[in-house]
Amino acid sequence: MELWDLTIRFFSMADANVRYVIFGSMLLGGAAGGLGTFAFLQRRSLVGDTVAHAALPGVAIAFLLTGEKNLLIILSGALFTSWIGVVLVNYIISRSKLKLDTALGIVLSVFFGIGIVLLSIIQKSGSGSQSGLDKFLFGQAAAISKNDVILLAIVGTALLAIMTSLYPKFKIIVFDPLFASASGLKTNFLQFLLSTLIVISVIIGLQAVGVVLMAALLFTPAAAARQWTDNLSKMIMLASVFGAASGILGAYISFLAPKFPTGPWIVIVVSFIFVTSILFAPKRGVISKMRLHLNNQRKTNREHILKALYKSGQKLNDWSKTYSISEIANFWSFAESKLKYGIRQLTRQGMMESINGRYKLTDIGISEGARVLRLHRLWELYLSKYLELPEDHLHRDAEDMEHIITPEIEARLVKLLDNPQYDPHNQEIPYTDGKVKS
Amino acid sequence: MEAPIEVHDLTVAYRKKPVLWNIDFELPESKIIGLIGPNGAGKSTLIKAIMGLLPTVSGFVKIYGKPIKDARKRVAYVPQRESVDWDFPTSAFDVVLMGRYGNLSLFQRPTKADKEIAYESLKKVGMEEYADRQISQLSGGQQQRIFLARSLTQNADVYLMDEPFVGVDASTEKAIISLLKELKDRGKTVVVVHHDLHTVREYFDWVLLLNMRLVKIGPTKEIFTDENLKLTYGGKLNLLSEMAEKVGEHR
Amino acid sequence: MTPDMTVIITGILVAVSCGLIGLFLILRQNAMLGDAISHSILPGLVLAFLITGSRNVLPMFIGAGVVGVLTAFITETISKTERVYKDAALGIVFTTLFAIGVILVSIFTGEIDLDQECVLYGEITYVHWDRLIMFGLDIGPRAPVILAAILIIDILFIFLFFKQLKITSFDPQFADSLMISSKKWHYILMIFVSMTVVASFESVGAILVIAMLILPGATSFLLTTKLLPMLLLSALFGTLSALGGYYCASLLDTSISSSIAVFGGIIFFIIFLIKSVVRTN
Repeated sequence: MELWDLTIRFFSMADANVRYVIFGSMLLGGAAGGLGTFAFLQRRSLVGDTVAHAALPGVAIAFLLTGEKNLLIILSGALFTSWIGVVLVNYIISRSKLKLDTALGIVLSVFFGIGIVLLSIIQKSGSGSQSGLDKFLFGQAAAISKNDVILLAIVGTALLAIMTSLYPKFKIIVFDPLFASASGLKTNFLQFLLSTLIVISVIIGLQAVGVVLMAALLFTPAAAARQWTDNLSKMIMLASVFGAASGILGAYISFLAPKFPTGPWIVIVVSFIFVTSILFAPKRGVISKMRLHLNNQRKTNREHILKALYKSGQKLNDWSKTYSISEIANFWSFAESKLKYGIRQLTRQGMMESINGRYKLTDIGISEGARVLRLHRLWELYLSKYLELPEDHLHRDAEDMEHIITPEIEARLVKLLDNPQYDPHNQEIPYTDGKVKS
Repeated sequence: MEAPIEVHDLTVAYRKKPVLWNIDFELPESKIIGLIGPNGAGKSTLIKAIMGLLPTVSGFVKIYGKPIKDARKRVAYVPQRESVDWDFPTSAFDVVLMGRYGNLSLFQRPTKADKEIAYESLKKVGMEEYADRQISQLSGGQQQRIFLARSLTQNADVYLMDEPFVGVDASTEKAIISLLKELKDRGKTVVVVHHDLHTVREYFDWVLLLNMRLVKIGPTKEIFTDENLKLTYGGKLNLLSEMAEKVGEHR
Repeated sequence: MTPDMTVIITGILVAVSCGLIGLFLILRQNAMLGDAISHSILPGLVLAFLITGSRNVLPMFIGAGVVGVLTAFITETISKTERVYKDAALGIVFTTLFAIGVILVSIFTGEIDLDQECVLYGEITYVHWDRLIMFGLDIGPRAPVILAAILIIDILFIFLFFKQLKITSFDPQFADSLMISSKKWHYILMIFVSMTVVASFESVGAILVIAMLILPGATSFLLTTKLLPMLLLSALFGTLSALGGYYCASLLDTSISSSIAVFGGIIFFIIFLIKSVVRTN
C-alpha cells in the first residue's frame, strides 16, 4: 500500500486496532512525560533507566508462573521487581559508601541479566505463546490490544488523578524537601508515593517502548519542556504533550514498518523534539540567544554612533552641523561597513537624517545620544564613589554598561548619587530636560 | 621587586554573567591576607582565577611579574575540603604526596626525596602518626591538616587557601594559624578565604573586602572598619548584582 | 584449545579488562557513564561495519573511540546550555545514539553480523569459530585475541599513568592547579573505556559489558580502602564472575553473558550482606 494511504488509515483511526494503539501510546507517553518531570527535577533521571531494566525479570517470572501473556499479570510482575530494584538502590546507598550512580548501575545490570537468563530459559522451554516476550526489550506498539488499552486507560487516569490532586505537595518535596519536612508534611511517604507513580508510569510503557529505552520517555520530554517554561505546572503539561506526541508518532512509524521495534523510533521522535526545543525555544533557545546577541551588538554599535555625534555637537553646543561618513568614522575608529549599517538603521528609526549624503542627528537622536553619554558618566561616578576605583579604570567599564543600564537602574543611580551634575572627570552629565536645543 | 600577586582589571563570568568585575590589586610579600565578603561575592572564584583554573573575560594575573602558567610552581592551592570525596581509597600520606606530582614528568613516579618531603610536611601539621590512616577515617580537622600538608610539599612562595577554617576543631584552627604565621615569617604570602568576622583582626595582616568588585584592600587596622564592612555586606552594592544579571542577559 | 575453553577465557578477559577500567568510573562517581558508553557506541560500530564493509579491528576501534568521546562531550555541552541537568543530558545522549544504532541494525541486519538481541547479550557461545585472520594467517579466535590485546593495553595505561588517574579522580581542581588537566585525563579515560567496551561488546553484548564495568569495582570497593588492592580485587571478582557465570549457564542451559552478569551480582550482594552484618554486630 502507498505511504499516503497508510498514513490516512492510521490517522483517520477508522480501524479499531489503530484506535487502540494510538490511544494507548498517547496515554503512556503522556503519563511518563508528566511524571518524569518530577524525576528530572529531582536529578534522578537515570533512576528511570534502572527501573525499566529491573522490570524484565518480573515480566519473565509472571509469564513463567502463569504461562500466559496477560498484560495485567505481566505488568504486576514488572512492578514487583522494579520496586525491589528501587528499594535495593536505596538500601545500597544507605548501607555502604557506594554512590547513587554505582548503585543504579549494579541493580540495572544484575536485574537485566536475570531477566535475560529467564527469557532464554523460557525460549528454550519452547512454550507456544512465549514469542511475544522478547518484544518487551525494544517494544512493539502494534501489540497493544483493546484489553490493554482499557488497562492503560484505567492506570493512566489513576496516575493523572493522583498527580493532580497531590500536585502542590509534590511540588514542595521536589523544590524544598527540608521545608517540606519542617512544615509537617510526610515527606517520606510522599516521596514513596511519587516514586511509585513514576515506576508505574514506566511499567505501563514497557509494552510499546521496551525496557531498554523506556527511560528516555521519562526524562527527554521533561528536558525539552524545561526549555520553554519556568512554570512547573506548564512544564508538566508540556512534557505530557511531548510524551504523548512521541508515543503517537512512534506508533505511526511502527504501523508503517511493523517489522521494526517501536522503542527506538519513539526515542528518535522524542529526541528530535528535544533538539528542536534546545534550538528554537524563545528566550533560551540557541537560535534566539544568537539573535539576541546580534541585536545587542547592533544596538551597541548604534549607540556608539549616537554618542560620538552627540559629543561632537556638544563641543560646539550646536548639533545642526552635518558630517560625511568618513568624518564620523574618524570620531570613533568605526569599521566602515558597521558604521554604514548603523547609520542606515538610525535613519530608519528617525534618529538621524541625511542631507546631500551628509548626516546629522535629529531631535530624538540628540536626546538618545545624551542618554547614552549620561548613563556612561553616571556609571563612572557610581564606580568612583562607591568602589573608589581610580579615574583611569572607569571608562572601559562604563563603555559596556552604558548599553545595558535600564531606565529603572538609571533612576536608582540618579537617586543614589543625588542628582549629580558632573562625572569624576569633571565633565557635565547631560540631562535631556531643557539642555538640548537643536 | 615584583609583587607576589598582581591582579589587573580581572573580569570573570559564569554563563556570561560577571561574578568578578574589574578586579585590580597588588598583594605585598610576607603577609597573611584575609579574603572577605558575603556569600556569592566571588571569593573562591577569585582564588581559582588567580590559579588560572577559570577562563577570564578580561584582565590578567601575574605572580612575581610572570603569567601564572610560567609561575605555577610558586603557587600552592588548597581547595575547599568539601570539594573532594573523602571515601576515595587512599591514605593520608598518599594525599600529601600528591603535592609533589606537579614536579614529576609524565611517567615519573614519586622518588624517595619526594616521600621524605611529604613525611616532613605531615610532621609539620602534627599528623605523622596518621600517615597510613585511610582518609575516610580522619576527622574534619585532620582532613584539613592533610590538605595543608599537601600544599606545604609544594614548597611554594604563594599560598591560596579556600576556607581552611570551615568545620575544623579549635585546636586545628590554632595549629593552622600558627603554621600560616610560620610561612609568613619565611617570606611567603598567604591568601585565605575566610568567613568568621570575629577572628579577622587576630588572624590577618591585610584584608581584601570583596563583593563582586573589589571593595577595599589594605592593612587590617585601616581597612577592617564598620563602615567598610557595611559597604561590603550592605545594600549599597545591590545595584552591582542587578547589573550583573542584566549583563548576563545582554551578552 | 577447546571451544568451551575459548568461551571461558573470553569471559574472563572481558570481566577483567572492564573491571579494571570501570573501577575508575566508580571512583569518579561516573558509573552511569559506563552504561551510557556501552549503549552509545552501537551506531559507531555499525557505521564502521557499513563503511568498510568488513570487521576490521582498526576502523572499529576508531569508530568506538570517536563515539565514546562524543558521548561525554555532547553530554557536557548540553548540560552547559542550562536547564538540563547532567544526568538527564547523559540519558538523552545515550538513548538517542542507541536508538539510532538499533534502527541501523534492524535495517541492515543482512549486511552485518549483528541483530537486536545480539546487541544486548551477544553470542559468546560461538566465539571459538570466529577466527581472526591477519596477513592470511589464522591467529586464533577473534574475540579473545583482541580482548587480550586490550587487556594488556589497559594494564599498561593504568600502570604508566597511575598518578594522573589517581589525582584527577580524587581532586580534579588540585590536579588542574598542578597543570595535570582533569578534563584531558577524563577524555583520555573515556577513550580507553570505549576501546574496552567495543572489544567486549561484539562478542558478549551490552549487558555483560555494563555489569563488568561496575560490579567487580563496586564489590572490591566494599572490601578495601586502598587503591592498588582494590584494582587487584576487581580483577579477581571479574574472573570469579566469568567462571561462576559460565558454569551456571551450562547448568541451566541459558545465556552465558547474562549468567556472568548475574553471578557478578550474586558475589556483590553476598559480600554486601556479610559486610552489613559484620558492621551491625
